[in-house]
Amino acid sequence: MFKTATGIKQVFRRIVIEQQASVNPPSQPVGLWKVSVSPHLKSNESVAKIMWTVVACLVPPLIMSVFVFGIQTLIITAVSVISCVVVEAVSQKLLGREITIRDGSAVITGMLIAFIIPPGVSPLLPILAAVMAIYIGKHILGGIGYNFFNPALLGRAFLLASFPVAMTSAWLPPLHDGSIFKYFGTSIDAVSTATPLAVMKEHGFAAFTHAFGSGPDLYLNFFLGFRPGCIGETSGLLILLGGLFLIYKGYTTWHIPVSVLGTIAFLTWVAGGKGLFAGDPLLAVLSGGALLGAFFMANDYVTCPTTKRAQIVYGIGIGALTVLIRLKGGYPEGICYAILLMNPISPVLDGWLKPRRFAPPLGGEK
Amino acid sequence: MPVPDELDLILGQHIGAPCMPTVAKRSEVNEGDVVGDVKKGLGVPLHAPVAGKVKNIGMSGHPMRTSAPSLTISVNHDTASRVYEKEEWESKKAADLLAMVHDAGIIGIGGAGFPTHVKLNPPADTPIDTLVLNGAECEPYITADHRMMVEHSSEIVEGAKILLKILGIGKCIIGIENNKPDAIAAMKTAAEEGSTYQYLISVNALKVKYPQGSEKQLIQAVTGRKVPAFALPSAVGLVVQNVSTARAVYDAVALGKPLSEKVVTISGKGIKRPANLLVKIGTRVRDIVDYLGGLNPGLSKVIMGGPMMGFAVSSLDIPVTKTTSAVLFLTEDEIDTRPHSQCIRCGWCLDACPMGLEPKEIGLYVEANRAEDTEPLGVFECFECGSCAYVCPAKRPLVQFVRLAKMKAKRKA
Repeated sequence: MFKTATGIKQVFRRIVIEQQASVNPPSQPVGLWKVSVSPHLKSNESVAKIMWTVVACLVPPLIMSVFVFGIQTLIITAVSVISCVVVEAVSQKLLGREITIRDGSAVITGMLIAFIIPPGVSPLLPILAAVMAIYIGKHILGGIGYNFFNPALLGRAFLLASFPVAMTSAWLPPLHDGSIFKYFGTSIDAVSTATPLAVMKEHGFAAFTHAFGSGPDLYLNFFLGFRPGCIGETSGLLILLGGLFLIYKGYTTWHIPVSVLGTIAFLTWVAGGKGLFAGDPLLAVLSGGALLGAFFMANDYVTCPTTKRAQIVYGIGIGALTVLIRLKGGYPEGICYAILLMNPISPVLDGWLKPRRFAPPLGGEK
Repeated sequence: MPVPDELDLILGQHIGAPCMPTVAKRSEVNEGDVVGDVKKGLGVPLHAPVAGKVKNIGMSGHPMRTSAPSLTISVNHDTASRVYEKEEWESKKAADLLAMVHDAGIIGIGGAGFPTHVKLNPPADTPIDTLVLNGAECEPYITADHRMMVEHSSEIVEGAKILLKILGIGKCIIGIENNKPDAIAAMKTAAEEGSTYQYLISVNALKVKYPQGSEKQLIQAVTGRKVPAFALPSAVGLVVQNVSTARAVYDAVALGKPLSEKVVTISGKGIKRPANLLVKIGTRVRDIVDYLGGLNPGLSKVIMGGPMMGFAVSSLDIPVTKTTSAVLFLTEDEIDTRPHSQCIRCGWCLDACPMGLEPKEIGLYVEANRAEDTEPLGVFECFECGSCAYVCPAKRPLVQFVRLAKMKAKRKA
C-alpha cells in the first residue's frame, strides 16, 4: 500500500486516519467505503464518557454539602466550574489548540477545586484557582495528558499560599436542621469554627472529643459528612459510593485508593496516638480529605503512574506523606501536598516498575 | 456455494516465496492439478480447485497489497467434480505423510499461513512432546472454525492423529473457548472415540478472551508454558496447528485431496445473508456477495479477515486465498471513526496488552518523532492484535503507531 516509510509518515501528518476509497462496482450500491488499518472495532468508551461519569459521581457529595454547609457551596462550585470551563476554552483558543471543553475534564477540575476549599470563602477565590489550575497547570504544559501536577490541587495550593487566612479559617459548623440559607450573606468571622484535624493538632485529643464527641455518634457524623471541613470532602459515605462506582465501571482500580487509605490508617494507628499503636485509624481515614483524595485525586489518570505495581508504591508514598504532614508538618491536613509531591514522581515509578513482559527472549534481554 | 465462472489463484498465497506458474496460458487443467510450485525457498504447491482453462496469467486484486500476480482459471462447469475415496494411511511412513502434507499445498489455515510441513519438521535440538490444536476462534465475528469443529469433528481428530504420527508423539490437546459448548461436546466425543493407546487426544475448555487464538496466548492457556520472545513454540516442546488445518491434513492424507477450498465466515450488517461458506480458493468476493443476495445499504467497510487484524479493502474483485478466514461487511454503526485525541495516560492499554508491553509509551515516542528508539519498549514482540487500540478511550491509532515504530526501529538497526 505504501512504498516508503515517508509515505506513511505523510499520511500520519494529515491525521486523517480514514482514507476515503471510492468504489463504484456496477452491480452493487454506489458508495464510499472507508479503508483504514486494523483494528476495525473500538470499544464504546471515550475520554468524554469517563470524565462525565466522574462528574456524575461528584454530584451526590455536592448535594450533601448544601445540606451540611448551606447554599453557598453550590454558588462556589458553580463559579469554580464555569471559570474552569471558560479558562479552558480561552487557553485553548490562545494556544491555537482544538477547544475540547465538551470532554468534561475542566468540569471535573472545577468541581474538585470547589470541593477542597473551605465553605466560607469568597466565591471569587475559585476564579483565581481556575486560572492557575487550567491555564498554568494544564495547558501551558501541553494540555490534557501532559500536565504533571493535578490541576485542582495546584489551584488549591495556589490559594493556600495566596490567601492563607481565608483558606485556613473560613470553616463552617455543620447544619443539622436543614437551614441551608443560615450562612448565606452573613459574616463568616462570627460563625467560623475549626476542623477536626486542626483541633486535634493544636489542642489535643481531649479538646477534640469535647468539640466533636466520641463513640459511635462521632464516627457516624464523620461518615455522613456532618463535620467542619472543605466543601466536598466531608461526606465519606457518598465519596465512597462514587469511588466504588468508578471501580465497578472499570474507570479506576482499587490499587491507589486502597494503598493510600491503608497507609494512612496503618501509620496513624502506629504513630498517631499517645505512644505506639494507639492511634485511631478509622478516624484518620474519615478526617480531612483522605477519602476524596484517595478516590478522586490521587488516581487522576494523567498524574498517577500507569502500571499497577507503581500505583501501589505511589499510593503508599501519598499515604506516608499525608500522615507525616498531619503529625509533624505545619498544616493539620496533608493529603493535598502529599499528592502534589508524588505527582512528578509518577513517570519515574513507571520507569522503575514496568509491566511484566509476556516472556523474555531466549538468552535474556539484549 | 456453487463454483463461480472464474477463479483468481494468487501465486503468493502465504508467507514465504510465491509460486511460479507451472501451466501455460490457455492450457486445460483438471481438478487437483498442480498449477504453481515453489522451486526455491519456503513454500508449497498450488492446485487447480476445479477443472477449467487457464484464462490468464497476470495480476488480480489482493487483500493486503493492491494487486498481486495471479492465475485466472475459467471454470469448465461440464466436468463433474472429482470424488475422493478414503485410503488407509496408518501403515505409511511419517516421512511420506509429511511429503503428502507438503504436496497437498497445506498451510496454516488460521490466518498466518505458515507452511504446515515446515512446522511439522521442527529443529532436532527442540524435542516436541505435545501437539496443540487451536480451536479458539482467532477473532470476533469469525465462526468458521466453530462450525468446522461441530460438523467435522471426527475428521479433525483423524487429522490430529496423522499430525501426531508425523511428529512421532502421542499427545494432542485441543483448546476450545467455552462459549462454544456444542463444539466442545462434539470434539470431546470425537476425541474419546478417536483416542487409542498410541494417540491420546483431549479437549481443554478455555475461558473466552481475545487474543486467545494467538499462538503464544493459546499455549499459555492450554499448557501453562510461555514461549520466549522471538522464539517458536518448538522451543517449549510444542507444535500448534489450527483445527481447520488438521481437517485439511486429513483431506490430504486420507482422501488424497489437495487444499483447494476452505470455510470462510461472511458476516456483518452490510451483507444480506451472513453465512459460513465452503468456497473454492480463488473465488472472488463479488461472486460471494451475489450468491448471498447482495449488499445492504449503509455498508461502510469491507474487511478481509477479522475485525481486529483484518485488512480493509476497497474493491470486491479480490479472491479468497488459503489464509482468508472471513470477509466482513461492516456498516457505519459497527465501526468507530471518531477522531483520536491526546493520550490521557489512563493505562488501559497496559492492562489490555497480552504481551505486557506499554502501547501508550510507543505512541508517545512516535508522536515525539522518536519512533526509532522504541526497540527497548518491545515493539518487535507486538503481534498487532489491536487490543490496545480497541480499549483506548482517546481512540488513538496505537497499532499504526506500533507499525511505524517497527519500521523505523528496523531501519535504525
